[in-house]
Amino acid sequence: MSWLRRDPGAAAGALVLALACASALLAPHVAPADPGIQDIVNRLAPPLSRSAGGVYWLGTDQLGRDILSRVVYGARVSLTVGLTAVALSAAVGTLIGVLSGYCGRLWDDLLMRITDVQLAFPSILLSLAIVAVLGAGVRNLIAVLAFSGWVGYARVARSSVLGMRRREFVEAARALGASHPRILRRHILPGVLPSMLTIASFSLGGMITAEAALTFLGLGVPASLPSWGGMLTDGAQYMAVAWWLATFPGAAIMLTVLATNLIGDWLRDALDPRAAGT
Amino acid sequence: MQRYIARRLVQAAVVLAGTSVLVFVLTHVIGDPVALLLPFQASQEQLAAVRHALGLDRPLWFQYVAFVRGALHGDLGLSVRQHVPALALVLERVPATAELALTALSLAVGLSVPLGILAALRRRTFIDRAALLFTIIGQSMPTFWLGLLAILVFGVTLRWLPTGGMGGWAHLLLPATVLGVFSAAGITRLTRASVLDVVAEDYLRTARSKGLRETAVIGRHMLRNAALPVVTWIGLELGTLLGGAAVAETVFSWPGMGRLAVQAIFARDFPVVQATVLFAAAVFVLATLLTDLLYAWLDPRIRYG
Repeated sequence: MSWLRRDPGAAAGALVLALACASALLAPHVAPADPGIQDIVNRLAPPLSRSAGGVYWLGTDQLGRDILSRVVYGARVSLTVGLTAVALSAAVGTLIGVLSGYCGRLWDDLLMRITDVQLAFPSILLSLAIVAVLGAGVRNLIAVLAFSGWVGYARVARSSVLGMRRREFVEAARALGASHPRILRRHILPGVLPSMLTIASFSLGGMITAEAALTFLGLGVPASLPSWGGMLTDGAQYMAVAWWLATFPGAAIMLTVLATNLIGDWLRDALDPRAAGT
Repeated sequence: MQRYIARRLVQAAVVLAGTSVLVFVLTHVIGDPVALLLPFQASQEQLAAVRHALGLDRPLWFQYVAFVRGALHGDLGLSVRQHVPALALVLERVPATAELALTALSLAVGLSVPLGILAALRRRTFIDRAALLFTIIGQSMPTFWLGLLAILVFGVTLRWLPTGGMGGWAHLLLPATVLGVFSAAGITRLTRASVLDVVAEDYLRTARSKGLRETAVIGRHMLRNAALPVVTWIGLELGTLLGGAAVAETVFSWPGMGRLAVQAIFARDFPVVQATVLFAAAVFVLATLLTDLLYAWLDPRIRYG
């Protein structure tokens, strides 16, 4: 636990992320109310309003739904979409990058040109275009985000494999008669994973923001599910009369993304001491 | 240098060709343009008739060649809703997007480059810590939320600035600042890191020991070398911003390309979506190409290599 004292930023990040995960997992137990229940009499009630049922700590929205409960439930969508998209893009990107670096030649050239093409697309526009073709929805959203995120892993994995391919421990394994799959699994992959983990941590924040942005534009999670991006859409419409509608879900997004960035910083410094402090 | 330029040009052409394939696959293979054109309740016969009329029943390679030939002549199809060339609709929006992008990036560079340099030169002081705090918060703040907060504070509560639309610097200030914050956070971080990278180099000690004034050491030797990665980053940032900031433009009702793309998606006007994506990708490829050429010119190791 000594790292907690050395890096209070990462400790705070871990705490916030743990809180977000806990509210996602335990939403029905920690949320004060059902996020879908409408209390029309108390619609647009400001934070700390009292009602027959209790206190609306963060106020209510235009349909009288409890904002605190919706923020708690919203963590489910953000974290599910974010974590799944990160896991998918990391797995695909690492696999492609490792194979590209290990096999080399034509395969490598082809894959690197594909990553060039994809890097040429501003990712939000690419996501918009794909969503326009496939249609909105949680599953398509995850696919789109995973598709826009794999390139970073592939690039980094490839270059670190290129550095490792001719190293003594790989040559030795090959001389001892190890098969290619065994070399990849036992010798190459463990060397690549730390940097993949760092990228994943940074990209989780980006995925959560992208999910919220697409949902905010009306192209992501359907309105029937409570989500931070969707709450911001409502909040934007009631900005002039009820500031709390947009403020709290936005703060939830920012704190979660901040937490993943702080953890990413710490991971990078811990795994690559040369980059520490930059 | 000439070989480098030639190689880079070929690379850009390959990327553009790949981009056209990606857009084609998206629009013609994964998505069905006819299904997007017609209302949901259209019959199979109606679909087939339109498919034939548009040449979509021909082999894929034939369609691709026709698509590329059209694109090269500036023909990206007609807008389904407005019945004018899709590219013309996109080009109409370019000035608004460019105005916003250039203002945002100027604000960002003007703030972040001095801040990054100062943070590196005064490492581990208050200013360094403040700069780091700014970068990490700036990079974590979703643009659309910052935009909503800015509208709430400066537009709704204080009534200092208009909440949306275009016209005059007052309309430009909020969206450009909001868009600039994210860029500024990245540039500050990179500037600080690049200056720290060169700060211990031998040539700086040489420059100091031959009696150069500190301003000359910093200006002529340190910053010139630290500038390289920062220039590349700013070029990429400009390329991205010129592609249209879909979210910020929507929040501030800014009539740019990003907002056009979002509106076109809701109107199921696919030729316009396609034209926006292709145009944005082309601008981005051009921006990276120019950045790389500028980089080569700035860095003698490439210029004479």
